Amino acid sequence: MRPCGTFDENYAEDMAIVRTRLQWILLILGLVLLLALPLFISGPIVNLINLIGITVIAVHGLNILTGYTGQINLGQSAFMAVGAYTSGLLSANLGVPFWITLPCAALSTGIVGLIFGLPSLRVKGFYLAMATLAAQFIIPTLIVNIRADITGGVHSLVVPSPKLGGFVLRSSQSMYYIIIPLTILMTFFAKNLARTGVGRAFVAIRDNDLAAEVAGVNVFRYKLLAFFICSVYAGVAGSLWAHWVRAINPDHFTLMHSIWFLGMLIVGGMGSTVGAIFGVVFLRVLEEGTKILGTNMIGLFPTLVGSVQAALTVSVYGLVIILFLIFEPRGLAHRWEMFKASYRLRPFAY
Amino acid sequence: MTELLQYIANGFMVGGVYALIALGIVLIYKSTSVFNFAVGHMMMFGAFFCWTFIDAFKLPTWLGLPLCLIGGAALGLLIERLMMRPLIGQPILSSIAMTLVVAYLLGGIAMAIWGVFQRPLPEFLPGGTLSISGVVFSIELVWSFFLALAIFGILALFYQRTRTGLAMRATAEDHQVAQARGISVRNVFGLSWALAGMVAVAGGILLGYQLGVSQYLSLVGLRAFPAVLLGGLESIPGAVVGGILVGILENLVGGLINPWLMDITPYIVVLLVLIIRPDGLFGLKRIERI
Repeated sequence: MRPCGTFDENYAEDMAIVRTRLQWILLILGLVLLLALPLFISGPIVNLINLIGITVIAVHGLNILTGYTGQINLGQSAFMAVGAYTSGLLSANLGVPFWITLPCAALSTGIVGLIFGLPSLRVKGFYLAMATLAAQFIIPTLIVNIRADITGGVHSLVVPSPKLGGFVLRSSQSMYYIIIPLTILMTFFAKNLARTGVGRAFVAIRDNDLAAEVAGVNVFRYKLLAFFICSVYAGVAGSLWAHWVRAINPDHFTLMHSIWFLGMLIVGGMGSTVGAIFGVVFLRVLEEGTKILGTNMIGLFPTLVGSVQAALTVSVYGLVIILFLIFEPRGLAHRWEMFKASYRLRPFAY
Repeated sequence: MTELLQYIANGFMVGGVYALIALGIVLIYKSTSVFNFAVGHMMMFGAFFCWTFIDAFKLPTWLGLPLCLIGGAALGLLIERLMMRPLIGQPILSSIAMTLVVAYLLGGIAMAIWGVFQRPLPEFLPGGTLSISGVVFSIELVWSFFLALAIFGILALFYQRTRTGLAMRATAEDHQVAQARGISVRNVFGLSWALAGMVAVAGGILLGYQLGVSQYLSLVGLRAFPAVLLGGLESIPGAVVGGILVGILENLVGGLINPWLMDITPYIVVLLVLIIRPDGLFGLKRIERI
């Protein structure tokens, strides 16, 4: 939707993401603000933003696979576990520096993603969801059991702080400057991927895979590519998680986390890069809110100590996602589009 | 040899319960084309119902158990009416995500009501063990196996012999044609969920009886999904065969190779089924056109 009176005169202008001077100013101001933020705010909020950044990366990957290509993935957090453990094992046991473990984690997760994407050759829709569900159960069990001596088994694997040059990135403020630039980079890549020929092939497969094949899209190859990209995103997210939390455990990567990733995508709006960010921010902030509420409610119901907080978070998350599925299946991204359209058209009704 | 037989016997007994859970999934899938991921949590609710009615309220067993079944049916109806019906006509991802999220919502509610502690169910089945030529059966397990088979038999009779069963089979065949013949597809959807709720509660009580009632029960429900896929999504006999096969396989692998492999055997079976024979043993072949 273009505002009244703005016209595109050539192809580059038509395709531009940032199109007006005001948008450039806002973008640069926003980026500067984001990078300067840790100087003004306190530790818990920096932690929340770090968590949001890592989750955004994982959900971007899921968005490429599920939102654009239409292949349901119920194992995103298991793929994240692959990335986290690759990164963690390399740096804890071999002392490999962070800037090498990150691409290694991305690559190994990508390969694992390809393996579990193989059933997409024959099945789709619900059946493929089952294959990724299998990944969600098989991967953590393998991590716990296959070489418990190096992965720590059910105990946490302690990961050393990343070092860049002479700096040891121990505080959450310093990790912020690793996580947020990477999040911006991955967002930029996701946004642009959707506008290339590959992205259009993905969308064609989602809308009708038979028709896409007739139109000359190599369906299997592009499905595998989508699985690969999705897993690479999960791997990067997992690697960042490992270096940020510094003690990783298979319990960080359960089916519930995978489903919340899917829920964030639904709340944000599928097939929209900005939607993925909206969904993650909305649900993560909501989670913080229920945590605070839950801490206060323990005082009200002393008999339910311990379980009330977990129960509250799970129920609120579930309820919000259910409400979105029923009343706004296109997610927050759709609302955002409507809002933009309404102010751009002002003072006209349409 | 005795050891091998013992694993197979154990697998058979566990498989009976898997088959029952799988049956709950197939019942819903046949008529509504929705795969109910929440079945594990519905089972857990059933077991908690049983604990509440019989252990907390001290109702007699003959009154408490039917109340549990009614509770299960009500739970199924509620989920169908409030959450699944608004999604008719939406893409398949919506219904998959919905049942998954409903599962965790049920988990959260159960945690808020009953807490996280494990509770034993009161004993209403005879205990003890039975030994046939060296293979030991727990009498409880035998009972629950035959109860599962009995429920399966009743449902099969219901499907084949009653008018409502006929209406449900017709709906499974084609929604529009069924509606044109005067069958209320909406009621059939509700009925399927209610029946599946009752089956899930029965499965939950049988499992909770062996394992104790806790949040853990819902995880056991997740292991019935491979049984459904192996048997074929639309097939009631497939659910039974699939359930028993998965039960035997996981016990054999766990016993003969490595105990931790037991947990993931069903999912490895899923991957193999999906790659080799996606429609399962007895499922319908799907033909697609543009």
